[in-house]
Amino acid sequence: MNKVPNRQAICDVLLESARGDKNIVVLCSDSRGSASMTPFFEAYPERSIEVGIAEQNLISISAGMAKCGKKPFAFSPASFLSTRSYEQAKIDVAYSNTNVKLIGISGGISYGALGMSHHSAQDIAVMSALPNMRVYLPSDRFQTAKLISALLEDTKPAYVRVGRNAVEDIYGEADCPFTMDKATVLSDGGDAAIIACGEMVRPALEAADQLRQHGIYATVLDMYCVKPLDSEAVIKAAEAAKLVVTVEEHAPFGGLGSMVSQVVGANCPRKVINMALPDSPVITGTSKEVFSYYGLDAEGIAKTIMENLGWQAM
Amino acid sequence: MSKLKAKAFALRQDVLDMIKHSGSGHIGGDFSVMDILVELYFQQMNVSPENRDDPNRDLFVLSKGHAVESYYAVLAAKGFFPVEEVVENFSVFGSPFIGHPNNKLPGIEMNSGSLGHGLPVCIGMALACRMDNRSNRIYTVMGDGELAEGSVWEAFMAGGHYHLANLCAVIDRNGLQISGTTEEVMAQENLAERIRAFHWNVINVADGNDIAELDAAFEAAKTVQDRPTCIIAHTVKGYAGGEIMEGKAAWHHKVPTDTEYEQISAELRRRKEAAENE
Repeated sequence: MNKVPNRQAICDVLLESARGDKNIVVLCSDSRGSASMTPFFEAYPERSIEVGIAEQNLISISAGMAKCGKKPFAFSPASFLSTRSYEQAKIDVAYSNTNVKLIGISGGISYGALGMSHHSAQDIAVMSALPNMRVYLPSDRFQTAKLISALLEDTKPAYVRVGRNAVEDIYGEADCPFTMDKATVLSDGGDAAIIACGEMVRPALEAADQLRQHGIYATVLDMYCVKPLDSEAVIKAAEAAKLVVTVEEHAPFGGLGSMVSQVVGANCPRKVINMALPDSPVITGTSKEVFSYYGLDAEGIAKTIMENLGWQAM
Repeated sequence: MSKLKAKAFALRQDVLDMIKHSGSGHIGGDFSVMDILVELYFQQMNVSPENRDDPNRDLFVLSKGHAVESYYAVLAAKGFFPVEEVVENFSVFGSPFIGHPNNKLPGIEMNSGSLGHGLPVCIGMALACRMDNRSNRIYTVMGDGELAEGSVWEAFMAGGHYHLANLCAVIDRNGLQISGTTEEVMAQENLAERIRAFHWNVINVADGNDIAELDAAFEAAKTVQDRPTCIIAHTVKGYAGGEIMEGKAAWHHKVPTDTEYEQISAELRRRKEAAENE
């Protein structure tokens, strides 16, 4: 079982890249520990900015630094970063088009029992609605590292959401196919297309394995690039399938499911099932318990697909 | 100095023309802030169309973005774009000259419009410039009604905490906002003390429409080495618009009638000539 959370992978890339690039700066809002960024603060104190518990200031300060040629990475819990400081993301980052990389840590329902204040089930919707803003939910540590390296190469705004806990590897250190803004195809099958992002990619992949045992073959897309969505991959997968299922750790509106549905509806109409968190505060529990309760695990995904293909559920 | 005073009155005429031609704009705040912008752009800041990409240029963010007409007039006078183009196109369909600053236009660093953004962004600029040992200065101008935004105080806190001596914030303290006086809407009494408590150097300018007084304040700010400076410029909303306009909240975004336009133009001409003859 992998012990390295995706946030740790971000820190590792930034530590390495900062050796050769003095313009990389890291900003935290009393969140360096939860962001796994303490090693960066220790290695590069002069390039580390603590703003205190002030997420609005976190983003505006990052934007000002970007305007002066810095490459700021702003870390804060995704819940606060995406909604508390949404206007700063809208005006100072998206509208002014500054090179700020917003890193939402402990995303989705990572904080489990802490309640809706600490959950970010709206971040995909709100961030995707901003012109110039890109939205990424990498699935494992290797893909996270590739994504951060790619983001260091451009000068455009982006929002990245990662979870708090380590997740099982999807890829390998030497085996992580990655093309910027292109989905990764994890399996091929003509019965269903499962399109997932972030921590939902692992259960999607496992669901495909379970389905295969029943003679049902599913394509699985790792859609880490929610915006810009890889529409080409969506259309290709949907055209080849009888049913499309999206899976995301997000509210049922305005997220991956909504975006995939738009693309499928306009290009190759198919039945699309959006699997997501409910339109309500989620039940108390660990991530695992909550995912299981709402069917956002391998069993739940496989069951949904079987039922919608007219099979008797397992 | 009298030349700059005259310039500030002349540029108010450009503002009046933009607003009259387009039928929109925030004339009250435009007129209160004009002298501050003229002093900054023609006396203090090392900014011009020629050095607009120089990393060592001074940086400015108009936090009270609704005073964009004055900002356009000043940038035009600096040569960033022709003023006739602004007057002709301000706020019209497809125009780049929209009703708040946007950085697709030359000379404008950051977009603004919603309040409480300028100071936090300037904290970031000041940190970045200090990190690179640059000797430039960072300026922002806020409105006083804007101070009710919580983000302003997050930034005051950070400015003091990080001892950003390369940063100077100006408050256009005209005492009025759209619904009435700032004291009625959300009181700002003891403003200097409030800001000093955040470890800022605070300079009160009794007549914030007097370029000589403003000049002295900006010069004094540069001598402070251990903290940022906030200049509280006590201005008159609608300054130089004459009796019909000065100090009246109703002129926050009023568009003058033809008669009012003539009256205000005459007042501006009179003041400009008086300044030239000083």
